[in-house]
Amino acid sequence: MLETGDRHSLGPEARPRLRRGVRLQHSPAHGGYVLLAPERVFKADAIAAAILARCTGEATLSAIVDDLATLYGAPRERVLGDVSALLAGLAEKKLLEW
Amino acid sequence: MVNAEPFRSPPAPLAGEGGRGRAAEPPGLPRPLGLLAELTHRCPLGCPYCSNPLALEGRDAELDSATWARVFREAAALGVLQVHLSGGEPAARHDLIEIARAAREAGLYVNLVTSGIGLTGERIRALAEAGVDHVQLSIQDSEADSADRIAGYRGAFRRKTALAAEIVRLGLPLTVNAVVHRANIDRIAAMVELAAALGAGRVEIAHVQYYGWALRNRAALMPTREQVERAAATVAALRARYRRQIVIDSVVPDYHARFPKPCLGGWGRRSLNVTPAGRVLPCHAAEVIPGLEFWSVRDHPLAEIWEHSPAFRAFRGTAWMQEPCARCPRREQDFGGCRCQAFLLTGDAAATDPVCHLSPRHHEIAALAAAQADRPYRYRRMPASAGA
Ligand code: SF4
Ligand code: SF4
Repeated sequence: MLETGDRHSLGPEARPRLRRGVRLQHSPAHGGYVLLAPERVFKADAIAAAILARCTGEATLSAIVDDLATLYGAPRERVLGDVSALLAGLAEKKLLEW
Repeated sequence: MVNAEPFRSPPAPLAGEGGRGRAAEPPGLPRPLGLLAELTHRCPLGCPYCSNPLALEGRDAELDSATWARVFREAAALGVLQVHLSGGEPAARHDLIEIARAAREAGLYVNLVTSGIGLTGERIRALAEAGVDHVQLSIQDSEADSADRIAGYRGAFRRKTALAAEIVRLGLPLTVNAVVHRANIDRIAAMVELAAALGAGRVEIAHVQYYGWALRNRAALMPTREQVERAAATVAALRARYRRQIVIDSVVPDYHARFPKPCLGGWGRRSLNVTPAGRVLPCHAAEVIPGLEFWSVRDHPLAEIWEHSPAFRAFRGTAWMQEPCARCPRREQDFGGCRCQAFLLTGDAAATDPVCHLSPRHHEIAALAAAQADRPYRYRRMPASAGA
């Protein structure tokens, strides 16, 4: 329970992962991905889903950003901003840790 | 651009925002997100606050696991994301593991709601492997004697705490569900402490709601106003103290609130309930309302029931409302409160839930909230013929 973002900030070497009991699931009925947690459900758009699929606790933030920047052909700075904002928001909601 | 948004409650179905790639859905028909699967009414405990109906369904009437598997697939196709495997005590089913696996294979988030009795360490391991995502374990009190007396079962407390340890050891996320009423409401702090010590990530302080067996035991369960006020202060203090350790969820008990609880996010809007025998209800208590026609998964596909069954259509939306709800700005927020409660307390299922202070019958609730009687519990029991 203690390992959320407020203990140490999200640095390039952090290895984000969905918390135990939180799961990314494809739902054809909702036309995309959803993030499922105890008593809570969120919809994840395609980009959020691409980010979250990489949050396995193995890849570092820096590797995830490189990967997505290549995949989407987008400037690394911008990808880093988006990814960090999403991850921090989810850590705040206790859905993700690093 | 990057977005993980909570599913919103306003009436516009999810399709509203963007809507691409979604299966066609008749305009205005919402999609359910949650399914309460009551696998059985059998239960070794006898909690006097149980919200199951007084007429419990016996083993012979229960759906088999293949039918449950079909219901889960149909539910997922309809939009359901989470299933709560409940009862009764779901562990009373010998095929629980198979059922849990089928729910997970359908793509659902599987929440097991259990008293813990009937779950050995070995079974909980098999359930984790089958894909259970989260376990919600009830406790009756923080002290063994009192807990066992409330449950009507010797030794229940010890078995629950041992099971909790095993659940946590397996790495399964655990919510402890503490149902509170007059006999234990003064020990909320000790129950939260226990939940934290057991390693739960979340504790739910669930004040008794008066349906089914709880309604029958209402005067024996009803806390006093002073207890309720003390409990609110205690919970606030505990939240500050355990901020980093455990999430504490609690809502004001119904009869002591100013506004009613929203009916599960709206009748026939966000969730559905399947009884052990397969009848599909908009909510677990809905069978108390006379004249509603429920359809069964044995006779119809779930999507058809959701859209067309008379019970689901009865109070969907706001057109059925009377004053003061009909013109109230909160009507899309709390949907006029609970239909079952409106019926149980006023005799009219379309009335404003009398818990609402704007209801002309609200004073009756205040009188009931002040009526405490220390009489013996009438424990929840199966009729002998039901084959428990
Ligand atoms: S009608 Fe009442 S008991 Fe039924 S779901 Fe709505 S709030 Fe709950
Ligand atoms: S009058 Fe009806 S809609 Fe308004 S707050 Fe009360 S119960 Fe809710």
